[in-house]
Amino acid sequence: MEPHVLSNLITAALAILLAAALLRARRDPLWRGAGRELARRRPIAVSVVALYVLIAGLDSIAWVDGHAPGAKAESGTLQGQARSVIDRLFPADFQERSYSAPLATHELYGEEPLLHPGKHLLGTNMIGQDVLHLTLKGARVALVIGGLTSAIVIPLALLVGVSAGWVGGRLDDAVFFVMSTLASMPTLLLLIALIMALGTGTTQVCLALGITGWVGLARLVRAETFKIRELDYVQAARVLGTSELRIVWRHVVPNLMHLVLITFALLFSGLVLSEVMLSWLGIGIDGSWGRMIDQARSELSREPVIWWNLLASSTALFILILAVNQVADAVRDVLDPRTALEAL
Amino acid sequence: MIAYVLRRLVYGFATVLGVLLFLFFLFFLYASPEDIARRAIGEKAPPAAIEQWIANHGYDRPLVWNPEDPTDSLLVEHFRRMLTFDFGRSDADDVPIRQRLAEGAGPSLALMVPLFLFELLVSVTLGLFVATFRETYIDRAGVAICVFAMSVSILLYIIGGQYLVGRVLNWFPVSGWDASPSVIARFLALPVIVGVLASFGEQVRFYRTVFVEETARDYVRTARAKGCGDARVMWRHVLPNAMIPILTQVVVAIPFLFTGSILLESFFGIPGLGSMTVDAIQGNDFATLRVMVFIGSLLFILAQIATDVLYTLADPRVRLE
Repeated sequence: MEPHVLSNLITAALAILLAAALLRARRDPLWRGAGRELARRRPIAVSVVALYVLIAGLDSIAWVDGHAPGAKAESGTLQGQARSVIDRLFPADFQERSYSAPLATHELYGEEPLLHPGKHLLGTNMIGQDVLHLTLKGARVALVIGGLTSAIVIPLALLVGVSAGWVGGRLDDAVFFVMSTLASMPTLLLLIALIMALGTGTTQVCLALGITGWVGLARLVRAETFKIRELDYVQAARVLGTSELRIVWRHVVPNLMHLVLITFALLFSGLVLSEVMLSWLGIGIDGSWGRMIDQARSELSREPVIWWNLLASSTALFILILAVNQVADAVRDVLDPRTALEAL
Repeated sequence: MIAYVLRRLVYGFATVLGVLLFLFFLFFLYASPEDIARRAIGEKAPPAAIEQWIANHGYDRPLVWNPEDPTDSLLVEHFRRMLTFDFGRSDADDVPIRQRLAEGAGPSLALMVPLFLFELLVSVTLGLFVATFRETYIDRAGVAICVFAMSVSILLYIIGGQYLVGRVLNWFPVSGWDASPSVIARFLALPVIVGVLASFGEQVRFYRTVFVEETARDYVRTARAKGCGDARVMWRHVLPNAMIPILTQVVVAIPFLFTGSILLESFFGIPGLGSMTVDAIQGNDFATLRVMVFIGSLLFILAQIATDVLYTLADPRVRLE
């Protein structure tokens, strides 16, 4: 299957899942209250995060132009390439030959006239790509890093944490040993070692981030499961003859969801920032803001200074991280029973 | 307590063995010597050259089990080298890794010790300050600044600091290294400042939470009732009582004093262990990378045991059983 078709399908599936989750949360008074509280506390941060999600979503929906092959021979390299909704906001051949300043009419070096004078709001990079366009596309990379890694971390941590906490005994000892072994390695070094062994690429980087990231959540889940196991409602379910699996699924896991959500929110910004560091070490993901920042390093020592690349990518990164951090704090305040009680 | 420490040491040793096993899996089984050779000398290298590379670097042995001589396999060799601190030679340039470590530890400590002390001083003081004014505008502004500072990537602090100090203000050299201590101080000033800036947001917020939690306790009310001022309450009563979480944070940071800061060192040209790690990444030097991970986790495990012992000093109520 072609990559853009796969991307479209995944995006559609995620959109449906998100809608279903939101609809379900609306019916549950507890979740509805939490959501309302969240929007009340941090309206701007929540809408900023939603905007980034929207941009990333639009950038994930792509299709190929032109049905007849060879019909548009003059567009050359672009023929047959899938372009996303975000790509379509810009002209198809929106590329210069080299650096140009924001809104410039001529190239930065050499004074050659641009193909699109005055159209590049944030200038162009070394090979003449539009910086605004690249920055918008970076949102998708950032969300893929956070999302894909969470898709590895959360199920793994839930499975391991719940089974260790529920079964206890030998299994718990073994799980605890594995977790303390992984946790004893310095995170960044472990991350580097994993990527060196697995190789670079989006999936590999997310897998490495997942392997380093799941231990924290698994520990929390394990401890909480220990507590829940002894609670009255679990005992009651057991007396009623409910099967173990059903107790875990219906009574334990739902009571862990607040932990999962809080950790997800707190984890997310850390993941995106980690990728920036990895990019800088040369083992990051193509098209990420980290790559753009990394590139900008050498550009600052040029004469005249090329600042727009750095400014655009780091501002986009900063706004996302700031908004996610604020949403994460609010999510914790709203969902954590300890802080939620204080807020009342 | 001695029995407890001994038990912890035994468990710590088991964890070290676990780390070694994990590294073996990652760097010998998952990425086989052949993969490593390909990475080092190129994807399209002729098979003979790859075999030559494998033989030269001592990877031409059975992986796990050698029927002729059970002590002669990569697994045994890996454990033996690490546990005797021999470490072998670098995959990239054949220099003994031990020698590299000895050379790099000095510069790393020279950067990380001042950075660590400044960071601790700044974040504990600011944390106490903000906690003194909890639930006021000062507190809210402080927390907002912390979240703001946390959201900036460390790379931006580095790039910004270098640009501002080195290009705009021309105060001191942005990167470099020298043998004489007086010159080193000039080279270290900027990385230390950048390091403190990059981490204070998270740290101050953490300490604030710890101190605010402490101020809700009864002994604080008693201290106030007998007429203690804000400063005395915070420094003499709250700070010692908050020692346990502070210790946890501080001791766990100690391994990084040796392994150095990967980003700061390579960006500022400090020839420490962090730079060594970056060189290892760029040169596909898996041998050095294994050693760095091993040393990092060894120090971490020791630091954790030390934390437990220090708890008993910080809080006499803690008994290690």
